[in-house]
Amino acid sequence: MLFKQATIEKNAILMVVLTLVAISIGGIVEIIPTFTNETTIEKVKGVRPYAPLELAGRDIYVREGCYTCHSQQIRALKDEVERYGHYSLAAESMYDHPFQWGSKRIGPDLARVGGKYSNDWHYAHLDHPQALVPESLMPRYAFLGQTPLDTRLIERKLRVSRIVGVPYTDAQIANAKADLLVQADAAGDNDALLKSYPKAVQASGKAGEPTEMDALVAYLQVLGTMADFGSIEPAKMRR
Amino acid sequence: MSDIAMAPIQAASPRTRAVVYNDDVIRKFTIATMFWAAVAMLVGVVLAAQLCWPAVNLGFSFTNFGRLRPVHTSAAIFAFGGSALFATSFYIVQRTCRARLWGGTALHNFIFWGYQFFIVMAALSYVMGYSRGQEYSEPEWHLTLFLVIIWVAYAIVYIATVLVREEPHIYVSNWFYMAFIVTVAVLVLGNNAAVPLSMYSAKGYTAYAGVTNALIQWWYGHNAVGFFLTAAFLGMMYYFIPKQAGRPVYSYRLSVVHFWSLVFMYIWAGPHHLHYTSLPDWTQTLGMVFSIMLWMPSWGGMINGLMTLSGAWDKLRTDPGLRFSVTAVGFYGMSTFEGPVMSIRSVNALAHYTDWVVGHVHSGALGWVAFISFGAMYYLVPILWNRKSMYSHTLMAWHYWIATLGIVLYITALWVAGIMQGLMWRAYDSFGFLQYAFSDSVNAVHPYYVIRFLGGALFLTGTLIMIFNLLMTVYSPQTAPKTQRQSAVAAE
Repeated sequence: MLFKQATIEKNAILMVVLTLVAISIGGIVEIIPTFTNETTIEKVKGVRPYAPLELAGRDIYVREGCYTCHSQQIRALKDEVERYGHYSLAAESMYDHPFQWGSKRIGPDLARVGGKYSNDWHYAHLDHPQALVPESLMPRYAFLGQTPLDTRLIERKLRVSRIVGVPYTDAQIANAKADLLVQADAAGDNDALLKSYPKAVQASGKAGEPTEMDALVAYLQVLGTMADFGSIEPAKMRR
Repeated sequence: MSDIAMAPIQAASPRTRAVVYNDDVIRKFTIATMFWAAVAMLVGVVLAAQLCWPAVNLGFSFTNFGRLRPVHTSAAIFAFGGSALFATSFYIVQRTCRARLWGGTALHNFIFWGYQFFIVMAALSYVMGYSRGQEYSEPEWHLTLFLVIIWVAYAIVYIATVLVREEPHIYVSNWFYMAFIVTVAVLVLGNNAAVPLSMYSAKGYTAYAGVTNALIQWWYGHNAVGFFLTAAFLGMMYYFIPKQAGRPVYSYRLSVVHFWSLVFMYIWAGPHHLHYTSLPDWTQTLGMVFSIMLWMPSWGGMINGLMTLSGAWDKLRTDPGLRFSVTAVGFYGMSTFEGPVMSIRSVNALAHYTDWVVGHVHSGALGWVAFISFGAMYYLVPILWNRKSMYSHTLMAWHYWIATLGIVLYITALWVAGIMQGLMWRAYDSFGFLQYAFSDSVNAVHPYYVIRFLGGALFLTGTLIMIFNLLMTVYSPQTAPKTQRQSAVAAE
């Protein structure tokens, strides 16, 4: 009787409750299992939290809406793997808050753009994309090179990242500002940085004056380079 | 303006008191709908121009494509679509429940001005560089919290009005509007979980990462389509098409079956946005299967809308407003067929990341959402301002044909562009190498981007014609008020 339409459509509360039940089932079945990460995310060596400058650059990537034109998700399809590199692994975005897989390629995928071009290329390209790629539809981002990077909140950014599940150590949080400045400085001494954040690429900025472009380039240069594909055994990957 | 507009109900039965509806808030939302339609479409045309000629980006941070794109999507979905839904839902719930909108005028005004404030702040925040970086969910945490307050007020007003109704049955439009209101609340709360950097910082980090974040985002994103842009607009369809056609809804049984199946199935469809990605395969498959099944309840709604015209098809010749509503249902049928096809993994392998998806979205957004709203506006404005009829039926017909031509140019151009991109990206030459560089595909789609720009410009032109027509309806002496008493209200 309770589930007859004649009853339901005379009772607004019952209708709302049953609607809520109907919309809950699909979400619960699909979403809850992904929280059991041991089966969703492959075990891959090398993926680490972003270095402070990379994280700051990532925030600029998000802010500028780069995801509206660039994906960061190489699908497991032959042509994509040949064009962009190994298909994206779940582990590679496990520290991404938010994820930036994107949904549209007005420009190419960036999941493995790290190391593909030199720092100089990135600076010149962001400054004036059409100077390097005449066909490009990308807007100019010259203003990033003239905007000093706001570093005041960097320590807090790492701390809040840890709250949402990124395993930064106390030492990494304490050294956030110093690590950031070293990575932005083309001539900085990066031994300690590399111990803390292996494969971190130094930007080509001036000492003590990091710009937003330095941060963005550091982020772009690490994209897709962290995972150690030599350690992967496909059969064991999805245990 | 007076707080209360008098609108006597027609043919009230002797046992019931005459209900005085609150139409003031509806008029406000109607004006907002027209305003945001122009803004959303104008920004859309600018973005289309930027994709044809990158110099249109101007090189300023706040005019670049990446920052303007969320302004376009938010203005189209939440400002234009949302205002149209507030206006029509408040209109329909009062008429079909035969009850005055619950709550005081202050509460209704709070919902109106609060929602407009949210939209303006969201748009400003995007161009100033605040974004969560998740599509259709860009406002940062403080704005989302504010939206939640507005939404709770909306839900209370709406559901309370249904509760105090004099009609024994809840009309089908209200099922859809209520499902829309509660589901959007669940989606927004679920998708926006985040930890702010501090109480004084707009920036926050989402609670979820990577795969989980992607799945929850598309659970949200696809059901923003499913409940905001589909269910709620079906509620609009179920009221205005029978009214315009002067016919009852074709099948009550069909409306029951397709309501519950639509509500149950839509929520599963999100993972079809993530085919061949790092999302587990079983989730992708589940999303695909439910997307295909979703075809049936979608077409249930289309059939119910179209068949309502049985015996009244001739009105399409004389009523351009009805023509908008019926064409909308046609586009709804087309895009809810195209969607399931695109959700099939092997089709999606070609379509994903291309402009085919953008074309598909716009056949829904322009053809369905905008057209059904236009039909409703043409019906509502003469009633709300108590005018004899629309100022010009000729202009309505011009709007109809210009807008339809705009949609056709838009979606056919992007079908060609999208499928061409997909084919070029996977093309191999005779030596087994990839045949094209990515930039080749960018060059190849340029002519189609120009056609899309023209299509969008035509659609915007039609909208401006409509705004002119609606303004003239309100202000022209040619469409004088029906009665003396009403004119006092309208002249204020």
